[in-house]
Amino acid sequence: MATTTAPTSSHRAEAHQPVKHRPDRNYRRRQRWGWLFVAPFALIFLTFLVLPLVFAFRMSLFTSTLATGDRFVGFANYAKAFTDPLFLDGLLTVAKFGLIMIPAQMIVALIAALVLDNLATWASKFSRLMIFIPYAVPVVIGALMWGFLYSPRFGPASTVFALFGAEAPNFLAQDSIFGSLVNIVTWQWAGYYMIIIYAALRGIDPGIYEAAVLDGASDRQIATRIKVPMISSSLVMVVIFALIGTLQFFTEPQVLRGVAQGAIPTDYTPNMYAFSLAFSYSQFNYASAISFALGIVVFVFSFFFLFLTRKQSGLK
Amino acid sequence: MALVTDTLDPKQQGGRGRSAASRTRARSGGPRIGSHIFLLILVIYFITPIWWLSVASTKDTAGLFSGSGGPLWFDDEFHFFDNVQGLFDRQNGIYWRWLGNSFLYAISGGVGATVLAVLAGYGFAKYRFRGRGAFFGVLLGAVMVPLTALVIPTFVLLSEVGLVNTIWAVILPSLLSPFGVYLMRVFAQEAVPDELLDAARIDGAGELRTFFTIALPLLRPAIVTVLLLSVVGTWNNFFLPLAVLSDPLLLPVTVGLNGWTALSNAGSGGEALWNLITTGAFISIIPLIIAFLSLQKYWQGGLSLGSLK
Repeated sequence: MATTTAPTSSHRAEAHQPVKHRPDRNYRRRQRWGWLFVAPFALIFLTFLVLPLVFAFRMSLFTSTLATGDRFVGFANYAKAFTDPLFLDGLLTVAKFGLIMIPAQMIVALIAALVLDNLATWASKFSRLMIFIPYAVPVVIGALMWGFLYSPRFGPASTVFALFGAEAPNFLAQDSIFGSLVNIVTWQWAGYYMIIIYAALRGIDPGIYEAAVLDGASDRQIATRIKVPMISSSLVMVVIFALIGTLQFFTEPQVLRGVAQGAIPTDYTPNMYAFSLAFSYSQFNYASAISFALGIVVFVFSFFFLFLTRKQSGLK
Repeated sequence: MALVTDTLDPKQQGGRGRSAASRTRARSGGPRIGSHIFLLILVIYFITPIWWLSVASTKDTAGLFSGSGGPLWFDDEFHFFDNVQGLFDRQNGIYWRWLGNSFLYAISGGVGATVLAVLAGYGFAKYRFRGRGAFFGVLLGAVMVPLTALVIPTFVLLSEVGLVNTIWAVILPSLLSPFGVYLMRVFAQEAVPDELLDAARIDGAGELRTFFTIALPLLRPAIVTVLLLSVVGTWNNFFLPLAVLSDPLLLPVTVGLNGWTALSNAGSGGEALWNLITTGAFISIIPLIIAFLSLQKYWQGGLSLGSLK
């Protein structure tokens, strides 16, 4: 429509008129189809995202007791949450997990992807699939399996350590449960992140490496100076996934709780705390406040991270 | 750091042809022993738990505790089929019901979420309707809302309308996939050229027909990826069904097996279900592993779609 060069003859101008106006009106009318395509999703979005959020927020502003019924208390539940040592400890726990777990997953995924990118043997194809396979295992089953493997009764640890003449540590004790959980999560997700990073690496034009090799760059230099910067947007995305996943840590500790008796309290992470408040103590109002507060913390953290990395991710 | 052990031979850095040749050799797999050892270690780490599970599924409970072959090898006795029989006997075969539930939830939730994501992603990518920018901005923010934070509010909401403890309590919330919409939009923007759509319109095709005959085939790789992601997401889901379901007959296999484990850990009354748990867990991971292995072509490229642009 922008290519309307000034018509020279009146004949062409006449022919041009209807062509110019009709598509415009059609064009505008057609755009309404966009809403029809988006509508089914919008309905689910409103019902199962916006509505629960609004509802949770409303609930979090009330307290409910048998004696007085529902009573509006404003932000009292939030004041309680952010001074509740159990909630704050939970936040601290997931923050610690984030500091250890996210780098652990990233390092395994990135190095594996870089190694795989340099190889094209049947062995590397096979390895790629095998490293990815844990992603296809449900998180509950993964945690159950590792629970068995950690267990001194079932697990191979004592056999393996005996080979080196050492005694196996108790992976399920209070002071080692942290590392045991980090290991489960890394096992479960590193392969998935590796595939994302690997796909991004394959998208780089190999001609760039040839130029670098001509300039005398080593494989390590190519990896750290060319490949990693070129896939930074994928890396940012992977960190966001890992961050959101870590802050809502629930399934693995919840499942391991049964095996590791006493090592994991019911309020280990904020989500576990909210779950036990709601379903063991029926404190739905306070649980909603905890859920909502956690949601805000996750949102702020991911937003902050995106802001810090806006250059790498290409988002402005 | 196996990847840095084999740097290029300095002699090869001379001529253009030779360095290109060395590059080709690297891509097609030269004698990169260090890299392969590194990969071998990774593969052993990632595959050991699954190997352990498949071995464990062939043992009875006594074999699990004190088998002749140790935890990582088979026993003299092979009990896999006894264990499968045990899964049929236990509580009238409730395990198979759980597995069926998982399939029902994963397929209906996954297919539903994908259909919604394809339609919405196409709508966002190819139409400039009023409110599009605002809605997509809200959606991008929603990708960052932790879905587990929605579980308890969703539970309360569903109990208000009497849907708690029905299959809908799991299926309906599973239809929500903001990330799927985001992926579809990014993909549709590049894979479906406007000129092609306009050509179809000039030929007299309506908007729906244009979508089904022109756009849909072009979107196929992204559709498979989003479908896999949402099926896996629903299949894996634990928090939501744990919260909204209490009828044992409605549980998915993940929550059901977790219940058996809790029962066995409590240890009272000698409830020795360990062999059923390992066998049940083993059988439950097979379908998705097969799905991923057979659909490799689609998801391997598709998973990188989400990279922020």
